[in-house]
Amino acid sequence: MERVVDPTVESRRREQGWSVNVAFAVMVALLVAGPFVVYPVFLMKALCFALFACAFNLLIGYVGLLSFGHAMFFGWASYLAAYSAKAWGLPPELAIIVGTATAAVLGVVAGGLAIRRQGIYFAMITLALAQMMYFFALQAKFTGGEDGIQGVPRGRLFGVFNLANEMTMYVFVLVVVLAGFLLIYRIINSPFGEVLKAIRENEQRAISLGYKSERYKLVAFVLSATLAGLAGSMNALVFQLASLTDVHWTMSGDVILMTLLGGLGTVFGPVVGALFVITMQNYLAPFGQWVLVIQGAVFVVCVLLFRRGIVGEIARILRVQL
Amino acid sequence: MFEIFGIPSQALFGQLLLGLINGSFYALLSLGLAVIFGMLNIINFTHGAQYMMGAFAAYLLLQHVGVGYWEALVVAPIAVGATGMLIERLFLQHLRKLDPLYGLLLTFGLAIVIEGVFRNYYGSSGLPYQVPEALRGGRNLGFMFLPNYRAWVIVFSLAVCLATWFAIERTQLGSYLRAATENPVLVRAFGINVPRMVTLTYGFGVGLAALAGVMAAPIYNVSPQMGSDLIIVVFAVVVIGGMGSIMGAIITGFTLGIVEGLTKVFYPEASNTVIFVIMAIVLLIRPAGLFGRSA
Repeated sequence: MERVVDPTVESRRREQGWSVNVAFAVMVALLVAGPFVVYPVFLMKALCFALFACAFNLLIGYVGLLSFGHAMFFGWASYLAAYSAKAWGLPPELAIIVGTATAAVLGVVAGGLAIRRQGIYFAMITLALAQMMYFFALQAKFTGGEDGIQGVPRGRLFGVFNLANEMTMYVFVLVVVLAGFLLIYRIINSPFGEVLKAIRENEQRAISLGYKSERYKLVAFVLSATLAGLAGSMNALVFQLASLTDVHWTMSGDVILMTLLGGLGTVFGPVVGALFVITMQNYLAPFGQWVLVIQGAVFVVCVLLFRRGIVGEIARILRVQL
Repeated sequence: MFEIFGIPSQALFGQLLLGLINGSFYALLSLGLAVIFGMLNIINFTHGAQYMMGAFAAYLLLQHVGVGYWEALVVAPIAVGATGMLIERLFLQHLRKLDPLYGLLLTFGLAIVIEGVFRNYYGSSGLPYQVPEALRGGRNLGFMFLPNYRAWVIVFSLAVCLATWFAIERTQLGSYLRAATENPVLVRAFGINVPRMVTLTYGFGVGLAALAGVMAAPIYNVSPQMGSDLIIVVFAVVVIGGMGSIMGAIITGFTLGIVEGLTKVFYPEASNTVIFVIMAIVLLIRPAGLFGRSA
């Protein structure tokens, strides 16, 4: 995929690191002030999807793998988190761990299968596997079929913080999402991340240098799936609901759109893209089916004219790394 | 009436027949995908939507113009194929130098747009389309009742598949096509208009999808979302068969239709997922696909 300039030289990165720091500070400031201005549940949804898109971006932006099936990690984590909180009465922190672990296991299996083929086939395989998991969710008893799992208790975090309070829940979501965001940033700037980028640029050469590219790809896939699962688990607690929407292929499409619109392979792109798409879905909801049409049109425009995405374009104009 | 493995023959052969019909659609659609992929190096996500457009074209022709099934069988693929060529000229040709993933994303976006527009005007519930007069009724084969229309779909789609195979593998035009797939620059140097060939190829692949849609209209209801779930199954079929071989796509399509039909008889819970499971197994044993050349 086309990508934003990617300085590999250490000193250049240190020089440019300030732009990321400034942008991060602005983002945190906005997110802290946000719930006093905007409806908290809306912001929490945007945050969960921002983490989801960042996790997806880890794969497409830094390894060059297009997964068309990330809904399976998001959705199944959401189901397991919801079920364990409701039916087993687990506290929220454990429910989230159960959901996230489910996504990790799924990631190992799906990733192990999908990396056996490259490029376009990879996308088709992940899509097909996700569709299979959709049908499993449709047929399994515990998922509640068309109704989903409703009325999931948010519970008390560590037995202390009552998450039924919107502001407490917001702080919790914000902390988890920022932690996930920083973890991804750490991963892409680690030696491991450099190898991922090398595989993206030229897999054959990376292999010839002695890197077991399949293993790197699999680890990246599992990391991405796990973080997508974390986002799905949080989302289930925020809305106290897990449903078929979360595992449907349209969800995989949404997360691709968020990342593409924000900017593939940029640090902040997925966050901005998620905010845009969620806002769009929110405000255009009265237009019914036209939301789909508009979303599809945005897709087309992004691919044809706007491949760097919002953040990618800003970074290009300001000549900084974002 | 007799029983096989405790299943009444009527049920078994009935599902087998339905499996063969689904198989014909899988074959036609994966054939179109393979032809397009060979020439454009793009996976056409819009394929499902174009199949749906074929069915809608038949429906609209009958409702508003009074044009029946037989004419629709010719008109609909040409009309939808023409919209396909427009898409190729307007959008896809600009992506030729980019990573093929962008083609997938673009066609995905187009599929959403098309499906959304149809949903907006026709809702999500299916619209009925009558079986044409000449093919109503059926015949009793002794062990099962064979509706004429279903027999027609299987025979006709097999004929179309084989004709396509013949055209690509055995004619001069086909040899240009195969040559252009291998090395477009060289073929251009020989004075063949490759960009026009690319446009026509895309139109042809789309036309095949629309043809499948027209044939599907009397069997399933005509609905805006009829293509989106189907296309994902067809992707799995393509992964299983590999896109290297035209005949491979045909054989895989029909075979998987039959397998799915049999699953409906013996273990109905798995009928939705069996093709995906087979895909996973094939990936473990033969990652390049059954008929594929290793990537």
